Amino acid sequence: MLAPQIIRELKKIVGEKNVLTSPEDLIAYSYDATFLEHRPDAVVLPGSTEEVSEVMKVAYREGLPVIPRGMGSGLAGGSIPFSGGVVLALTRMNRILEIDEENMTAWVEAGIITAEFQAEVEKRGLFYPPDPSSHKYSTIGGNVACNAGGPRCLKYGVTGDYVLGMKVVLADGRILKTGGKVIKNVTGYNLSHLFIGTEGTLGVITEVLLKLISKPRYVSTAFAVFPNLEDAGRAVHRILLAGITPASIELMDQTTIGTVEEYLHLGLPTWAEAILILEADGNQEEAVLREIEAIARICRENGAVEVKVARDEAERNSLWKARRSVSPSLARRAPNKLGEDITVPRSRIPEAVRRIREISQKYGLPVVVFGHAGDGNLHPNILFDKRRPEDMEKVEKIAGEIFKMAVEMGGVLSGEHGVGILKQPYLEMAVGPVAVEIMKAIKQALDPKGILNPGKVVPLGVSWRGE
Amino acid sequence: MNPESLLPTEEQYLFCIRCGQCVTECPTFRVTLKETQSPRARVMLVRKFLEGELSPSPNFVDQIYSCLDCLACNAVCPVGIKPADLALQMRAYLHKTQPQPWIKPLVFRVYFTHPRLIELSMLPFVLYQRLGLQRLLHSLKANNLLPAQLRDLERLLPNPLPLRPLRASLPELIPARGERKRRVGFFLGCFQNTIFAQGSAASIKVLAENGCEIFMPRNVRCCGMPHLGYGELDTFLELARHNIALFEREDLEAIVTDCATCGSTLKEYGHYFKDNPKWSKKAEKFSRKVRDVSEFLLETGFRRPARKLPLKVTYHDPCHLRRAQGMWKQPRQILEASVEEFVEMEGADTCCGSAGTQILTHYETSMAILERKIKQVEASGASVLATGCPGCQLQLGLGAKKRGLKVQVFHPVELLDLAYSYSSDDSQEERC
Repeated sequence: MLAPQIIRELKKIVGEKNVLTSPEDLIAYSYDATFLEHRPDAVVLPGSTEEVSEVMKVAYREGLPVIPRGMGSGLAGGSIPFSGGVVLALTRMNRILEIDEENMTAWVEAGIITAEFQAEVEKRGLFYPPDPSSHKYSTIGGNVACNAGGPRCLKYGVTGDYVLGMKVVLADGRILKTGGKVIKNVTGYNLSHLFIGTEGTLGVITEVLLKLISKPRYVSTAFAVFPNLEDAGRAVHRILLAGITPASIELMDQTTIGTVEEYLHLGLPTWAEAILILEADGNQEEAVLREIEAIARICRENGAVEVKVARDEAERNSLWKARRSVSPSLARRAPNKLGEDITVPRSRIPEAVRRIREISQKYGLPVVVFGHAGDGNLHPNILFDKRRPEDMEKVEKIAGEIFKMAVEMGGVLSGEHGVGILKQPYLEMAVGPVAVEIMKAIKQALDPKGILNPGKVVPLGVSWRGE
Repeated sequence: MNPESLLPTEEQYLFCIRCGQCVTECPTFRVTLKETQSPRARVMLVRKFLEGELSPSPNFVDQIYSCLDCLACNAVCPVGIKPADLALQMRAYLHKTQPQPWIKPLVFRVYFTHPRLIELSMLPFVLYQRLGLQRLLHSLKANNLLPAQLRDLERLLPNPLPLRPLRASLPELIPARGERKRRVGFFLGCFQNTIFAQGSAASIKVLAENGCEIFMPRNVRCCGMPHLGYGELDTFLELARHNIALFEREDLEAIVTDCATCGSTLKEYGHYFKDNPKWSKKAEKFSRKVRDVSEFLLETGFRRPARKLPLKVTYHDPCHLRRAQGMWKQPRQILEASVEEFVEMEGADTCCGSAGTQILTHYETSMAILERKIKQVEASGASVLATGCPGCQLQLGLGAKKRGLKVQVFHPVELLDLAYSYSSDDSQEERC
């Protein structure tokens, strides 16, 4: 519970309607897209960077935890207020402040929905490539704070690669402006990149300056079925070796294929060990077609028994349908899932998938693996039922073993979801004690009172099981 | 009925993965930008209520009633959770278990169940318009003294209102024009009987024009959607039984309606009686025969007018037509046959914010949603807006007035009727 005086102060800053304290409101801001939840003491919906700054000044003075939040679509518990305090929801700050067509940049407020921003720039023939699967219901600010990825990242890079600058409100309320409308900028430390992927632990990102490129005019998609997982891995390698960079190469493992098929009856080959969905894009139709043909040929040469190339948009959609249906089909198998997000060196994907399968069998809980084969980013999804205590125990052991495996292979804990609270206990194992010390030092320098999203990313004694 | 049996089951919410896909699809979230006013939150609130963590406080009740039942969330959920259905079920439960304002039973059990009362209630408005009172009030700018909500309510009604209700001006059996090919029933909605009589008169003419003999029972009663929306389930069932019995006696190929909301409700009768051995078969049979007028015309092949109206028309998808009944091609096909230029507007399938009575219960949200919608209508550049739901027609008409937009609102079939009249050369007509 916040003191009435503080509530009054907050209401004065953002307006009566934009401070929420009813139990219904607190519940609505207690969750993200994981199975975790915890209620805040209040929710504040600011309308501008200045308002955020004023709110932070109050919070800093009072030592009040502040948890920045976009649309709450995160998959690591990063926006859940485990220490209570104020959820600072940036959804009202959803304006495009400028699209500079000549310099191919855009200034946006953090709360804009990514897909809506994309649609707006695409009307002008421009393109903002990062495409997290949540792009229709996640915000640019959230994407930057988590350095979100997506299928197109193989060719185009992740969110962070498109950030040229930003406005950040620091823990004490100061407003920091970083970067600028230039492609090259080595004027001092790269402060923009300091905040990318920090999940609201170092500052509240309120505005972002983004780099745009021109929109590729042609896209072509192929679908390849591999009886043998290693063959699929080799095909990916050979495609990239041939000098082709597809926009995306998506992988579904045998368990995924089985689960989707059980749910949708699309006629998928449940006997296959892997399906790859590959996409080429570019500005010259002929070049795109040649590329997709080469991709199809390489798949066949490397053990694919069936390769389909979409002839039109409708066929393209139907090829993607299996991949898009993964999430819903998982949810029908068990009430809860833990969607993990490891990345391993690309060459070790087949090995990683096999080892995850062994771990799954060892504990007797299904683990479905799919992800972005082109960049090594895999999503093992553990299916379970939160109501069964024995399941919860197994989930944690499975997740721990998967993380350990990823790190042993030279991989990382997260490729695009972030660390949040779920992966925070494994951070040190993944990055080493020195890196954690430095992270803590940076955190201490920027947020000496530890009020910004406490317990996320850097281990500071807060966990989702209670402090 | 035991109120507990009305509550949603665990199965209905347990599998929600909270992904958030439904959030940005929800019109109430879109204008409030608050998670609490989103389907994901409503699922969570229902769950927390059932788990005993929330009480039926006024705020809780308000959040459950803020859903527009536009079904956008139901359509988009990757898992198959139906947040809109959960809200309706909760309302039925709250209605049974919570004290209700005195006016509610009066409105739902008395007013909406007696068509004569609905007709009579229009009389003051008709007089107000016809006796020049409205003009007087407006010329004195006295209407500006009213609070915004009342002022908008005053402007909501089309002008002029019909002098007589439609059921009083048409016989119960309307013959086909020319050769009789089919025999259909016509379900006359309350709105069409009193406010949009012209629209349903047009629908009936078009049906007759296409060889239908039409049975339009005089004592048809409200379809029951307002009752479902407010949780008044018992009265809904009573109305449904009355309507089913009414059409059962006749030998009808189809039961046609030109109200999207009535159509979607009538098609659900079967569902609501599925556990009732006496009524399930009858209700199921009734529901199977129900057709929206555009659906029916396309299914049976309507006569295309020889000349198209020289108009630029855009179309708004009523939620209860597009999502509840899956009809989106049919009205467009009718428009394409009837007018020279049909343009799609952006966001044609998003709710207009009417949802029956949101202007009364959630005025600000309803108007904010409407404003978004009307801007999209304006951007389409159309001079006529077509839509197949009287609730939407009223709301959009108000929106146009508020924005000073010279756009007229019609039912698509009304435009088809106009195109028939406009076509002088009958010899050029072809079948679709």
